[in-house]
Amino acid sequence: MSSLNWTEDFLSELSADMTVAESAISSDVTLWQIDNYAWQRFAEIALRQKLRWAAGWAEQVQDRFLVNACFEKQGKYILLRTGVDASNPELPSQATVYPAANRSERHTQDMFGIRFSGHPDNRRWTRHQAWIEHNYPLRKDFPVQGTPVGITAPDMHYPFIKSHGAGTYEIPVGPVHAGIIEPGHFRFQAVGELILNLEERLGYVHKGIEKIAEGREPESLARLAGRISGDTTVGHCWAACMAMEQAAGIVVPARAALIRGILAERERVANHMGDIGAICNDVAFVFAQMQFTRLRELWLRTNATVFGHRLLMDSIVPGGVACELSDESCTLIKKELVELKNELNEVILALDLNSSLEDRLYTAGFLSEEIAAAFGTVGYVGRASGQDFDVRRDAPYAPYDQVTVKVALENQGDIASRLWVRYKEIRASLRLIGEFIERLVDGDIRTEWQTPSAGAEGLGIVDGWRGEIITYVRFEAGNKIARFYPRDPSQLNWPALEKLVLNNIVPDFPVCNKSVNGSYSGNDL
Amino acid sequence: MLRIFKKILTTGVVTEKIKAPKDAELEQLGIELKTHIDKKFSGSIAIRQVDAGSCNGCELEIHALNNPFYDIERFGIHFVASPRHADVLLVTGPVSRHMQTALLRTYEATPNPKWVVAAGDCAACGGEFGVSYASCGVVSNVIPVDLTIPGCPPTPLALMKGLLGLISAKT
Repeated sequence: MSSLNWTEDFLSELSADMTVAESAISSDVTLWQIDNYAWQRFAEIALRQKLRWAAGWAEQVQDRFLVNACFEKQGKYILLRTGVDASNPELPSQATVYPAANRSERHTQDMFGIRFSGHPDNRRWTRHQAWIEHNYPLRKDFPVQGTPVGITAPDMHYPFIKSHGAGTYEIPVGPVHAGIIEPGHFRFQAVGELILNLEERLGYVHKGIEKIAEGREPESLARLAGRISGDTTVGHCWAACMAMEQAAGIVVPARAALIRGILAERERVANHMGDIGAICNDVAFVFAQMQFTRLRELWLRTNATVFGHRLLMDSIVPGGVACELSDESCTLIKKELVELKNELNEVILALDLNSSLEDRLYTAGFLSEEIAAAFGTVGYVGRASGQDFDVRRDAPYAPYDQVTVKVALENQGDIASRLWVRYKEIRASLRLIGEFIERLVDGDIRTEWQTPSAGAEGLGIVDGWRGEIITYVRFEAGNKIARFYPRDPSQLNWPALEKLVLNNIVPDFPVCNKSVNGSYSGNDL
Repeated sequence: MLRIFKKILTTGVVTEKIKAPKDAELEQLGIELKTHIDKKFSGSIAIRQVDAGSCNGCELEIHALNNPFYDIERFGIHFVASPRHADVLLVTGPVSRHMQTALLRTYEATPNPKWVVAAGDCAACGGEFGVSYASCGVVSNVIPVDLTIPGCPPTPLALMKGLLGLISAKT
């Protein structure tokens, strides 16, 4: 492993092309400010140095826009920032260098009206027809109510990629799908059964989360963050609280941190069990679906008994957690851990030896390591394609700094790999929950909130069940939120789906999609 | 294969019967549901679920209705893939403006007589999102609603209770 001081080398390489003003936002996050003309150049050098592009967003400060990009290498994060004038907001695109930045820049273009010159695909992304062109919802002069007129028209004229040639045809799917799932549109080009191309069109569940966050107080923001993506309520709530706590300079009590860890791992186990069952169900192996939905239901009932909510919503609050964990509850959870391990042993053995499952899941939906890296895929999608990264291990935060986090890794990149990574993560999470309970110390579960100074900012980075979540928060005067941006892992994983379905057959799309299981709501914001 | 059979046999039927008070409530609910459905719909009611902008929390709990504990199909309630096959639209989320037309078209595609159930706080009272440049707010702002089931998200039991309420009110 190369030196952890890669930033020194990197800075010296940058010095030939640009000036970097370095400052600390907090003890964990370093801010690098550069001139806007060097924005793309920075990305080129960063790619050469093997930095991962992790997140991008903008904010308006008076008559300027601050544009941010977050990079990571070996668990160290750099927050890169530049400014552009609101009168002529233009910046050289980083998406030309990092495909991962593509949709993020299109989102910023739609929401702020910042042009990214040289962008390989500057079609609108988040904007459908709810607001008109040249209106930008995240500018401060755009009213939160907007100016809607009558019924919002369907987005009929989005310029999809077209296929030509004898024998090719298109299949439009969605936004309303056949199952109990979220809305989005998929446009397939196919020959016979084979998928030639898939284009995703998301944004249908855009609810203006970034806009309606503005002006909220910390507790209210935490509640909103818990509803960015219902299946990741703990993950997003934690990331938002971490960012706010960083801005306020408060430290969460040790007991609260451990309970947060237990909550997050319980969320991971619940979702992974649901996913494994659903993946098997999509290839008509109903035995697994029934077993895993049964185990998931038992798990959620324990959540309700111990924490008062089946999905653990609003359990994390600014400064700590909302729920105590009694000795009785600990005993109950420990008993459940043992029972679940035994159940899993039996069910997984039945799955593993099943030839019809092997036939459908192995080699299907293949995502190569190169493409996984290029799109910066995270979580189980990345880990199934050799991307050995986990915030809990590589940039550990309390309580993960007290334990050894074993990161599941596969490199076959197919649906089976994504299933097995999930299974291994369940096993690892069960161990972690046990360890956190063992380490549970007496003490408060919540620190008193302190109003942050106007302009204070924070960056919360946690590993949600889908992977790394990055959340940015800036306060204005009076304990109010000036800017909130949550980057759900789905934003990085959705583009990978377009690639991994290529050369699969159309009927395998549902299982390919389920193996990625991106959040539509977390993506659309 | 033997392992699968063994696991199926040792797991047994977990579908809830009259055991604990809570389970009794569930069973009672199911029986009442079934009676009403039998009367009005000859034993079967078809639901088309539409996510009109939810955070996906409600979807997780709607999914749970089909797990072996609740097994809602035993009461004659099943989820269908098309609004053309549906008696009931079960709508979640605040209606995002980007989903407004899609929801209207789904409603129009559902044959009469049809009922609309708005499930979850967002669909019922606006929840955390309310009305904004991106959101139409509650479902009744967009299509007529016959029943609301509050909760963030409503538990599977609350969803079953709600559906019962709808059916008994209409019979």
